[in-house]
Amino acid sequence: MLNAEKEIIKADHQAILNMVEPNSLVLDLGCGGGELLEFLVMKKNIRGQGIEIDEQAIYRCVAKGLSVLHGDIDTGLSEYKDKTFDYVILNQSLQQLKHVETVLFDALRVGKKVIVGFPNFAYFRARLRLFFRGRVPVTASLPYSWYETPNLHFLSTLDFLDYCREKTIRVERKVYLTGEKHISVLPNFFANIGIFLISK
Amino acid sequence: MIKSNLNRVETKYFTFASKPGEFVLESKERLSPVTIAYETYGTLNKDKSNAILILHALSGDAHAAGFHKGEDKPGWWDNMICLGRAFDTEKYFFICSNVLSGCRGSTGPSSINPKTDKPYALDFPIVSIGDMVSAQKALIDSFGIDKLLTVVGGSMGGMQALAWLIRYPESIRSAIPIATALRHSPQQIAFDEVGRQAIMADPNWRLGNYYEGNPPDKGLIIARMIGHITYMSDVSMAEKFGRQKKDNKQPFKFTADFEVEGYLRYRGDNFVKRFDANSYLYITKAMDNFDASEKKPFHESLSGKSLKVLVIAFKSDWLYPAYQSKEIVKACKYAGIETSYCEVDSTYGHDAFLLETQEETHLISHFLKGISKGRGKI
Repeated sequence: MLNAEKEIIKADHQAILNMVEPNSLVLDLGCGGGELLEFLVMKKNIRGQGIEIDEQAIYRCVAKGLSVLHGDIDTGLSEYKDKTFDYVILNQSLQQLKHVETVLFDALRVGKKVIVGFPNFAYFRARLRLFFRGRVPVTASLPYSWYETPNLHFLSTLDFLDYCREKTIRVERKVYLTGEKHISVLPNFFANIGIFLISK
Repeated sequence: MIKSNLNRVETKYFTFASKPGEFVLESKERLSPVTIAYETYGTLNKDKSNAILILHALSGDAHAAGFHKGEDKPGWWDNMICLGRAFDTEKYFFICSNVLSGCRGSTGPSSINPKTDKPYALDFPIVSIGDMVSAQKALIDSFGIDKLLTVVGGSMGGMQALAWLIRYPESIRSAIPIATALRHSPQQIAFDEVGRQAIMADPNWRLGNYYEGNPPDKGLIIARMIGHITYMSDVSMAEKFGRQKKDNKQPFKFTADFEVEGYLRYRGDNFVKRFDANSYLYITKAMDNFDASEKKPFHESLSGKSLKVLVIAFKSDWLYPAYQSKEIVKACKYAGIETSYCEVDSTYGHDAFLLETQEETHLISHFLKGISKGRGKI
């Protein structure tokens, strides 16, 4: 499980890297220990700012030389002026937010573009587990049992695209992944992660 | 505890504004001459780019690290200013000065007023945190240092760091305000006022003119006891003292029965040996009057500046609660300043900035490494 997870992280970081222009200014919401930001700094010479709630993760970010703010994403964006950042990243954090809409719209306000990555709840293994075994899905991208999951929202990639259409959010790029593999056929069925470059 | 690696250190003195009326205070009053007591540690490099200014809190002084001759107690931040710690004496050059209006070698109410040849006492003008910083700037200039690598301090030291950001942003590359606030809340002012009233209610205080007689020790002891209560937390007090009773052979009805009582009295008794009651009045007033947004919103002072800021708060600090540090962070975000913020999980209360050296060392040492690289503007 751990190795599989690691590979997923690598693949999604690579996908996000491909979406980001060099030398841009990036805000990573829920940046964890700063692995993605450090990767972007190294490969694309971005300037980054992270926001993270876990104190120990803050120490890991600081050790990487990153600027990071200890705090809650749900309340962390209001002070930034419009279009402060070239990109705002919500990678694997969207589904854990209390106020998804507020944060997403604030991210679209403070960032010229927003990159959103989340586990696809309609991934076929999740469907099989629910349908045949009658159990809530536990997959590589949704690795938690019901009693320990930090995830508050469960959505499929189609749910997200519907939402963007409804709110007139432009979807500029879509990347579907399972492990390291890019999925192009029936992505809402075969991909366990979706990553979207969106703007308003 | 790590022992200081510094050799014997000594306090030095810098005197400026020797012409009458040369140093103009925020209140428009004038002061001259001005002497600032300071210490230095480490070596200033050739291009004078490795200098760090250490800013002390209410009861601190210029003696931040190392040992004075004949003393076995090191400086107040010795566990931070040391080889391999937050402030590496091999890499950086440190200056720490006693604040203007202090009583540990810098000009203050206990200094001799050249006009009367007697201590100033209450003739000493009201001094602001900004005035303290201006005096520090004169000291820094005397070293020929253009830009400090950082200015750093906790509590009132943090206020001075904020005042540096406002007054001399071009002269610093970064600032580290720790456990501090953009301005005092009514609660903080209230605690300071009780301390001041305790001093002024002491019959020995005599409107500040006590230098030829007995000083108002009782009042100052009470002020210090109140201070100590606010510096600790419920948890840290319970851990340190519990309800432990002292052994009193001849109990008087109101002797110090509990450990905590004895501790507060002991700290108070020690404090009056090294602190001047009038300085306590002036310095606490300077803290209460401080408002980083007084002239213009703090974020406007920062706006467009190439600076980096590291803000540190502590969870159990109820005197300077983390929300006050977050206000500093908010202003930095609004101004587009590259900022890091950490709320360290500590049970020590406000004292944590002197005690949580491991976390501070981690945050600060990496932050200092990054300053030379970053552009500071987002």
